[in-house]
Amino acid sequence: MRLQYPPNIRIVRVPCSGKVDLIHILHAFEKGADGVCVLACLEGDCHFNNGNLMARRRVEQAQEILNSIGIGGERAQMYNLSASEGPRFAQYVTEFTEKIKDLGPNPVKLAKNKAA
Amino acid sequence: MIVADRKPIEEIIGYLKDHKNILVLGCNECVTVCEAGGKKEVGVLASALRMHAKKEGNEVKIDEVTLERQCDREYLDEIRDSIDQYDAVVSLACGVGVQFTAEQYHSTPVYPGVNTCFMGATEKRGLWTERCQGCGQCILATTGSICPVARCAKRLFNGPCGGSTDGKCEINAEVDCAWQLIIDRLKALDRLDEYEKLCPLKDWSTDRAGGPRKVVREDVQQ
Ligand code: SF4
Ligand code: SF4
Repeated sequence: MRLQYPPNIRIVRVPCSGKVDLIHILHAFEKGADGVCVLACLEGDCHFNNGNLMARRRVEQAQEILNSIGIGGERAQMYNLSASEGPRFAQYVTEFTEKIKDLGPNPVKLAKNKAA
Repeated sequence: MIVADRKPIEEIIGYLKDHKNILVLGCNECVTVCEAGGKKEVGVLASALRMHAKKEGNEVKIDEVTLERQCDREYLDEIRDSIDQYDAVVSLACGVGVQFTAEQYHSTPVYPGVNTCFMGATEKRGLWTERCQGCGQCILATTGSICPVARCAKRLFNGPCGGSTDGKCEINAEVDCAWQLIIDRLKALDRLDEYEKLCPLKDWSTDRAGGPRKVVREDVQQ
């Protein structure tokens, strides 16, 4: 199965979405990412019981912080899908990329580029 | 332990608006356990502050350090060599740590990064509840180890008020009535005779009423 998904995403593999900490998401934005989405297993299907539920909370925490510093919480997003759902993966990341394109570049990156 | 809660980032940003070199200073003890001011929270706040500054086009340096404690000079000394680089410190320790840091470094403003709430216990992750108000004359021996100073809204000492209903306090149906807890516990211990005894007037001079307090132990002083 060959599926197309946007080439401008960078995939960071983790052993479980529960490994994704709030600070990882924030550091990605600090380094200039325009958006960060966490793709996790379906709720109820985590091999470690609640990794994906913890990931969701951390995405929510990141959204809250991004909102309070004026970067926009909608730049962090959570998706749940099963590991076998390739087409859904492609669909979610395409949707997310489109949404981020509409939002425009990360203001932190813009300011950084301007300063450079 | 001392339980603290996070402050809104907007509030902290407000304190720091005139500063260019900022140290976010965490504490490895109580505030780490209640996830308000440990190394992780230092990282999160520092990252958020850096992003905010950058977005606003401000050149600001924000560093992160977490000390073992901020309520002991020996640990605060660890930043003595670097403190002059900073024109402000945000301390994520409890109010004690914020003040003690400020006392060691007179010429550097030290801002609180958390709201210090109470002395309490971890019921479960994300839920901390009050247990002690440091009244200076502990009476737990007669109350089945349940504190009416910290846990009874009226600080009653001789049984519940008339508002105790179905084990709940009249201030809020979600709050246990401390005296119901005390009576249940004394019953379980077969010590209801303690409940019959009149508790004498409490000496509140060892509580906040007597002004700032101190513990002096000449036997251990050097
Ligand atoms: S009686 Fe005083 S010292 Fe003892 S737990 Fe209550 S507030 Fe704390
Ligand atoms: S209901 Fe119980 S806990 Fe509440 S004020 Fe009365 S005695 Fe104290």
